[in-house]
Amino acid sequence: MRGARTAAGPRTVLAYVIRRLFAVAMMLMVVTLTTFVIFFVLPKWAGSDPAYLFAGKQTDPAAIEGIRQKLGLADPVLVQFWNFVQGLFVGREYANGADVTNCPAPCFGYSFRTEQDVWPQLTEAIPVTLSLAAGACLLWVVGGVAAGVVSALRRGTLWDRTAMTVALAGVSLPIYFTGLLSLAVFSYQLDWISGEYAPLEEDFAQWFQTLVLPWITLAFLYAAMYARLTRATMLEIMGEDYIRTARAKGLTERVVIGRHAMRSTWTPVLTLLGLDLGALLGGAVLTESTYNLPGLGRLAIESISAKDLPVILGVTLFAALFICIANLLVDLLYAVVDPRVRIG
Amino acid sequence: MTAPSHDTSVDTERSRTADVPSGSAGKPVEGRSLRQIAWSRLKRDKFALAGGVVVLFLVIVAVFAPVIVSLLGHPPDKFHQDEIDPLFGTPIGSFGGISSEHLLGVEPNNGRDVFSRIVYGARISLLVAFLAALVAVLFGTVLGIVAGYFGGWVDSVISRVMDMLLAFPQLLFIISLVSVLPNDLLGMTGSNVRIMILVGVIGFFGWPYVGRIVRGQTLSLREKEYVEAARSLGAGQRYVLFKELLPNLVAPITVYTTLMIPTNILTEAALSFLGAGVRPPTASWGQMLSTAVDTYESNPTFMIVPGVAIFITVLAFNLFGDGVRDALDPKGTR
Repeated sequence: MRGARTAAGPRTVLAYVIRRLFAVAMMLMVVTLTTFVIFFVLPKWAGSDPAYLFAGKQTDPAAIEGIRQKLGLADPVLVQFWNFVQGLFVGREYANGADVTNCPAPCFGYSFRTEQDVWPQLTEAIPVTLSLAAGACLLWVVGGVAAGVVSALRRGTLWDRTAMTVALAGVSLPIYFTGLLSLAVFSYQLDWISGEYAPLEEDFAQWFQTLVLPWITLAFLYAAMYARLTRATMLEIMGEDYIRTARAKGLTERVVIGRHAMRSTWTPVLTLLGLDLGALLGGAVLTESTYNLPGLGRLAIESISAKDLPVILGVTLFAALFICIANLLVDLLYAVVDPRVRIG
Repeated sequence: MTAPSHDTSVDTERSRTADVPSGSAGKPVEGRSLRQIAWSRLKRDKFALAGGVVVLFLVIVAVFAPVIVSLLGHPPDKFHQDEIDPLFGTPIGSFGGISSEHLLGVEPNNGRDVFSRIVYGARISLLVAFLAALVAVLFGTVLGIVAGYFGGWVDSVISRVMDMLLAFPQLLFIISLVSVLPNDLLGMTGSNVRIMILVGVIGFFGWPYVGRIVRGQTLSLREKEYVEAARSLGAGQRYVLFKELLPNLVAPITVYTTLMIPTNILTEAALSFLGAGVRPPTASWGQMLSTAVDTYESNPTFMIVPGVAIFITVLAFNLFGDGVRDALDPKGTR
């Protein structure tokens, strides 16, 4: 830690963060453009028209033409892309003659399906996914790393073999199976859990009750991976020279493991955590569908199956944003955990 | 793939004395190829062998699905309404209607034979997983070698693309692509198109993982003396890439492929579960689970059977893959 602090002053770190944020912005542009291509260019080959999706059951050609004009669906993809980006920052107006709809920034447009503003739908879904990911992440990091460390220190014992067998089983289980099993037992058979998700600030008990099962099942799957990784890393590190040196200095085993060995164990764990947390925030699609949680993942599934482009764009943008932020945070944390890492 | 002869010298140097059989004390020590060393290690790993046997069994089941079903089951699309309680839509027998006639019970509501659908589901699952892994490995290896060997702007471009794809919200894009692509491509129709689309899309998002590993390995291998020797003897670029570098990349690629297949199986099942996989009436495990969502409270058997099928398959591949990794690990002492 000392090395990083002196080598990389606050200014270099700031410059690094700014450079990375620029890369994040580029990434978001690419994700948006790709989404446009998937939903505008590909379907055109297949011969469908986004205006029909918005119009729903109306088949009046004049009405569809009006919608096309108003939403700018007749414009080239790049123009539509530009209008979308502009809408995010300064808002935009949808106009067809006298029929003008004003959409203030940040404007994600209007759902094709419900004709509602997309932005409030996103702001409602994000806290759900955040709650799910934060709780599960806490459980799996603590549980997985602890199990891995104990297994490594007691290599070959009954504990080690049991823990690693359970971990391998955990890696091989799909969440939609364990999820349904847990619902069958705790919700249906025992009737401990009932009702729909409620936001944290409205009803804490209900929030907690509906999230407990998803937290535990999700954490179990991930903890398995972290336990295997931690064990492998720990075993490797315990053979390093500096551990022998630390022991030779007469340090207690607690300090050797807690302060010297653990620090290096965190680096690979963080790498995996960045990827997993990003992916989870970017769409806990399966967990949310299984447990019926109204988060970003379920919004994504609903909008994709309805080909509801404005909502899909919003969700994928936030998903990509979360992944980028998770990666950036992990890279910054490396320097905190490992003194040899230099930022810049 | 045959291991070239110069491999031997490199790998005996890595393999430690632990690998030399104890009975060979009197005989001169023979050089052994990477494959021989790996196989002798794998043979001692009981868990990996068990996984391998199950994998082999599943492959046989998938290949001979029509034969197995004609012997032990019923046609996978045949309705057995007489097995269904007309009032509740649940199977009449206990445990989801398991009987000597229907080994794993019948589907709720329409009474299709679960055993046959599980056997045919294995086909879809393994086919998609293997082909997608093949696509990913092919693209990943070629682009990874090219990036690592040539460096410069080629490397920059390929690495950037890989980084970007890895930062994509992959599952969302896989679902989007799979749901947007049409049902008839290149003159094909029906479930073949869906399988092709699944293979293409899952493989496309898988190649950067392979590419990253291959690129890293190539970067270190291209500085080795034997590559320099080949070049100074006048070997062309193609020769160096495919005859000198590629054989030494076989081990990491093999390990990654075996560990990628279970991930692909889970992805395919997830897509089917979300309704973005193969279309009914083609059977798939994920689709069966998603049907079970509506009925698991009254009929848990129909949920447990496909879930356990996925679990056993993925576990077997993971056990086998772990064993292969340990066996090919140059640092391994087992």
